[in-house]
Amino acid sequence: MGHVFRAVIEPGFFTSSPVHVALLAGGVVALVSGVVGTFTVMRGQSYAGHALGDLSATGGAASFLAGISPLWGFAGTSVVAAGVMDMIGVRRPRGRDLATGIVRGAGLGLAALFLYWDTTRTSTTGAPITILFGSIFTIGSSMIPAIAVLSIVAVGIVAVLYRPLLLSSVSTDLAVVRGVPVRVAGALCLAAIALAVSLSAITIGAILSTALLVGPAAAALRLTSRPGLVLVWSALIGIAATWIGVLLAYDSYYWPPARQGWPVSFFVVVLIMLFYLLAQVVGGRIGRDSRNGERACSQAS
Amino acid sequence: MTMTRQPGTQESAATPDALAVDGVSVRLGGREVLQDVRFSIKPGEFVGLIGSNGAGKTTLLRVILGLLPASSGKVTVSTAGVGYVPQKIQLDPDMPLRARDLVGLGLDGQRYGIPFPSRARRKLVDEMLRAVDAEHIGNARVGNLSGGEQQRILIAHALISRPGLLLLDEPLANLDIASEQEVVALLGRIAREQRIAVLISAHEMNPLLPVMDRIVYMAHGRAASGPTDEVVTGERLSELYGHHVDVIHVHGRVLVVAGRGEGLDIPIEHSGAHAADGA
Amino acid sequence: MFSGFMTDTWIVATMVAVVAGVVGFFVVLRGSAFVADALPTGAFAGAAGASLIGVNTLIGLGAFSLLGALGIGWLGRRARHDVAVALALVVMLGLGVLFLSFTTEYAPEIYSLLFGEVLGISVNEIAPVAALGAVCIVAIMVMYRPLMLSSVMPELAEARGVRAYRIEMCFLVVLALATSMALPVVGALLIFSLMIGPPAAARAVTNRPLVAMGLSVIIALATVWIAIAVSYHTDWPVGFFVGVIAALCYAAGRAWTAVSQTRLTRVAEPSALPVEAHQ
Repeated sequence: MGHVFRAVIEPGFFTSSPVHVALLAGGVVALVSGVVGTFTVMRGQSYAGHALGDLSATGGAASFLAGISPLWGFAGTSVVAAGVMDMIGVRRPRGRDLATGIVRGAGLGLAALFLYWDTTRTSTTGAPITILFGSIFTIGSSMIPAIAVLSIVAVGIVAVLYRPLLLSSVSTDLAVVRGVPVRVAGALCLAAIALAVSLSAITIGAILSTALLVGPAAAALRLTSRPGLVLVWSALIGIAATWIGVLLAYDSYYWPPARQGWPVSFFVVVLIMLFYLLAQVVGGRIGRDSRNGERACSQAS
Repeated sequence: MTMTRQPGTQESAATPDALAVDGVSVRLGGREVLQDVRFSIKPGEFVGLIGSNGAGKTTLLRVILGLLPASSGKVTVSTAGVGYVPQKIQLDPDMPLRARDLVGLGLDGQRYGIPFPSRARRKLVDEMLRAVDAEHIGNARVGNLSGGEQQRILIAHALISRPGLLLLDEPLANLDIASEQEVVALLGRIAREQRIAVLISAHEMNPLLPVMDRIVYMAHGRAASGPTDEVVTGERLSELYGHHVDVIHVHGRVLVVAGRGEGLDIPIEHSGAHAADGA
Repeated sequence: MFSGFMTDTWIVATMVAVVAGVVGFFVVLRGSAFVADALPTGAFAGAAGASLIGVNTLIGLGAFSLLGALGIGWLGRRARHDVAVALALVVMLGLGVLFLSFTTEYAPEIYSLLFGEVLGISVNEIAPVAALGAVCIVAIMVMYRPLMLSSVMPELAEARGVRAYRIEMCFLVVLALATSMALPVVGALLIFSLMIGPPAAARAVTNRPLVAMGLSVIIALATVWIAIAVSYHTDWPVGFFVGVIAALCYAAGRAWTAVSQTRLTRVAEPSALPVEAHQ
């Protein structure tokens, strides 16, 4: 038994300090993404989340130039972008919106410019990799407080607005009739999405953050219909994917061909995909039995 | 034969109105969508808001609900709350919400913070599901329900907070005949038992004749209200439409027809689909 | 700027712009924005893999784009699996990162694959790119009528015997080839902008398809030429200029539409006729 354990987990895993930080930060971020991501998928705002992820790359790249921590770059740009999106009414973009895509393109173009300046004008190397694909093993422990604060804010928003958001996702009219401030709630939700995306930009990168936002939530939706449980499953799946990803990346340090470790974000993303497919298979059976008893009359809708 | 249902208990003139619409007009895009609409509903009354598409029914409902401002006039709601059943809601099968969750949101959908499970709340929700005959679909995902089932859940959602006024926007539009009759009977029973004022919009009045106390008939943004017998007459409706219409009674059903018989006679409401015995 | 090694870039860029303008027109028409977004991501992984095993990147690009196109076409037929495809894309990106992490020239490779590289075009790439481009253009010309019909009026097309699935697959293959052509110059992340911005702007100005297509090509050419020229002089990345110029074109198109619409007087909605076109 000890052999298996040692085979799966390379020596030094539990004592390595960067690993501790990676597990802690990664876990917290996965939790936030899972929770906020559930609302994202529910409100059909997956593409907005995707766009915010890419746009945050612009901010991250700019932060290197300004010499500030990338987290503020990510968070600042994406929250501002969310505000603009909300103002111009991109509140419920079902399907691929051309305008959102164009703005994404412009943002990415800007990111390209900033990254270019990063590599030529600053002394930091590997800025593109860090921004686009994450740097979970090099998160300084000094970033932990900032991550904690932003996480609390993001989760706090959806916790406080839990019921109003559920209701307004089903029907804005019903929500308005009950007195829910629908516009404000929607704007705040978008802001929470922006924060979640920025946080996962740190761990797995701006371009890949969508996976952590949407994947676990989509998987959880297959497993249960109870809103509270979906949130729990979503967070758990995200955390599992992140932790196992960290483990595998650590283990892969001596793997071929380059013997410098495979990227964490690769593992996390693949694991999320696997969990999603697994949920499809498992959930397919559960979904069909979600009613107790038969329908009283089969009606043509 | 009269079309007005004789109510079991007469409402006295002194009972305050649950809803009073007073001279409401709405101007949208340069056009008078509603013109000087006035009527009132007392608690326990069942009123049908009848008119073809474009007559202004949905606009009127939205004004009453406060979703749309009126250009002039006043709406007074003097009850404990208003329940609303929209015609259809956008529902993804992916939406993680069970029928009982949606009904529960009718109680506290506007409250902030994380809800803690409470036995009292669960009991209320179960009661409501029973009242609309939807106990067996309580745990089903809302997106997986049929049109009729969704309707019942929406009614439960609207009623759980014990409103004094219930508004329904074309609830019969997408139902087959059997479900239609069930929903009408259900609503009639609820209105009587719980003394709720019910305003239900439809483009056909015939399915509602058995339970309707009074009618508000709309055409071109104008409304005529009163007992069904008095409003659904050739003279009244011709005045409303602005051109000649005839009201024909066939086997207990009502047919409103435009034209003078010389060329094309155009029925304003088809009753052909309902071949049931006299409504 | 027009000297020896840059000539290749100009030639390839021109071909890319022409193809992007033509193919992009149909992307916007068919609302295939998602696919135009998705294919380059898969292509990125292909290019990364190819560069890893030392194969000509164009082959890796082409192969993965084609696989991606076929996969999307096949998936699209079965069900709306938006999330699955989105996740698959992200996995592709992850794979791309993985492949590149095995090489020593990690960072610059990623950068140029994602954001484009002006100087990266070599003379022996002209022939394959030209071939791809020619195939795309010829395919579009051959498919023009069925493609237009199935994009604008799919039911009519089916009635005329145009198999929507076949057209969709052919179009996806063309799109895959166009993507493979464009990626080395513009970068995976910005192909979308080049294929959407110019056609969207063109369509805002005119409704006539051939005119719009021509305009789309012209705008795409202008975009690419300006981007390369300025990039050459400033050393700033091509992708930046493409993204920004495409956005400006799109914004200009939207502004044009808004301005020309306010000039039209709003036609009052026709009053509801008593004749009911019953649903």
